[in-house]
Amino acid sequence: MSARVVVDGVRFAYPDGRKALRGASLVVEAGERLAVLGPNGAGKTTLALHINGIYEPQAGSVTIGDTPVTPETLVEVRRRVGLVFQDSNDQLFMSSVYEDVAFGPANLGVTGDQLEARVAKALAGVGASELSARPPHHLSGGEKRRAALATVLSMEPDVLVIDEPSSGLDPAGRRDIIATLLPLKMTQLIITHDLALALELCPRSVIMNEGVVVADGPTRDLLADDTLLSENRLELPYGLVLKRGNGSRS
Amino acid sequence: MAAEPKIVAAFLTVVAIALTPREAIWAFGVYAVLLVALVRIARIPYGFVMTRLVAVAPFVVFALFIPFVAGGERTEVIGVSVSIEGLWGAWNIYAKALLGASVSILLTATTEVSDVVRGLGVLRVPAVLTSIALFMVRYLELIADELGRMRVAMSARGYDPRWLSQVRPIANSAGALFVRSYERGERVHAAMLSRGFSGTMPALRHPTATATNWYAVILVTGAFWVIAVGAMVVA
Repeated sequence: MSARVVVDGVRFAYPDGRKALRGASLVVEAGERLAVLGPNGAGKTTLALHINGIYEPQAGSVTIGDTPVTPETLVEVRRRVGLVFQDSNDQLFMSSVYEDVAFGPANLGVTGDQLEARVAKALAGVGASELSARPPHHLSGGEKRRAALATVLSMEPDVLVIDEPSSGLDPAGRRDIIATLLPLKMTQLIITHDLALALELCPRSVIMNEGVVVADGPTRDLLADDTLLSENRLELPYGLVLKRGNGSRS
Repeated sequence: MAAEPKIVAAFLTVVAIALTPREAIWAFGVYAVLLVALVRIARIPYGFVMTRLVAVAPFVVFALFIPFVAGGERTEVIGVSVSIEGLWGAWNIYAKALLGASVSILLTATTEVSDVVRGLGVLRVPAVLTSIALFMVRYLELIADELGRMRVAMSARGYDPRWLSQVRPIANSAGALFVRSYERGERVHAAMLSRGFSGTMPALRHPTATATNWYAVILVTGAFWVIAVGAMVVA
């Protein structure tokens, strides 16, 4: 299952007055995998929290499938949108991985054998079945990240929003996350400044800066535009050179 | 095994020990034997129990002074005048503190902290308290890590406090730690909301106590209570 995500002119300022979103708009088609790129402080994480209804837009709207995100639809929205936080320690708050993965579906009213099946499937999906009984604070960074992903997959969401999936991981851990995300069929928004990850996972990207979407197009084209990247404090990894559209990579 | 029978057993046993009259020295001897047997059955190394008993050291040190400062009739022990009442008082603290602490060590050595907290939940301790305890267990290590990192960061920049006037950075780091923990709390709350949390923790699968578990509770605590009541009758 997957759903279309429409973010339309969302504005949001934090209580301290800092304007995080200044009219952000984007559309993600059902089943599409989109990278949201941008420098620190561009408003990417704030946008992610809007898609799940943690923050309510002060202007504009967010729609998941046919459901507008409003205080009345929060239960539905949170069932349909899985949000993976940047710091896995924020996501894993129970005393074992099993309990954390079961937390979401249990809140949705899933119980008994069905709950067991959901947990087992989610853990197997991220290759973390053997972590089930472990307490989260004893996991490695990569294990935590995969467990955090499982806590959301167990809710069987239509949309997956992942904040910085590769940050702080070693190359093998990063590779594991990519391999886990690739086969997933739901709509995915991947927030990152790992441009190589965006290129590998996402056919299309948007670039955010200062609370708005400043560019939207095929990932390869955006990343081949040096001026666009440098204007937005982004940079390809050393040695990676891209040419527009023709698929060559050296 | 579920935690709640163990919690009930530990609680009732400590109460039995606390109620035993201090003059019934034999009763405390029997308790000690019973506890050693339990430690053996649970296959806990004796050294493990001994090192954890150090936790009661402050009380024991305090109790050392009682015979010298207490009033009442006095007697001489190795040429030093001590209060008889004080000696009994010190013995009372020694015996009950050590035995009581051994019971709780027995509980914690055989039960994960999170299971203890959950067991308390089953025993109708309010969910707010058990949730707070669970989060504390989960994040204590993380906060200790953060504190450790801040200390390393301070020493790395040459901070080596020796005088009271140098205390300011420590106070600052305590403040920073508080703010960071508060912010983490907000993020964790957001993570809970995003997975459909609506104010009550969901009930999850856990081992439930069997009839055999409860028989064991009755057997063990029964033994302690028989001795306690016996000691009270004799006294």
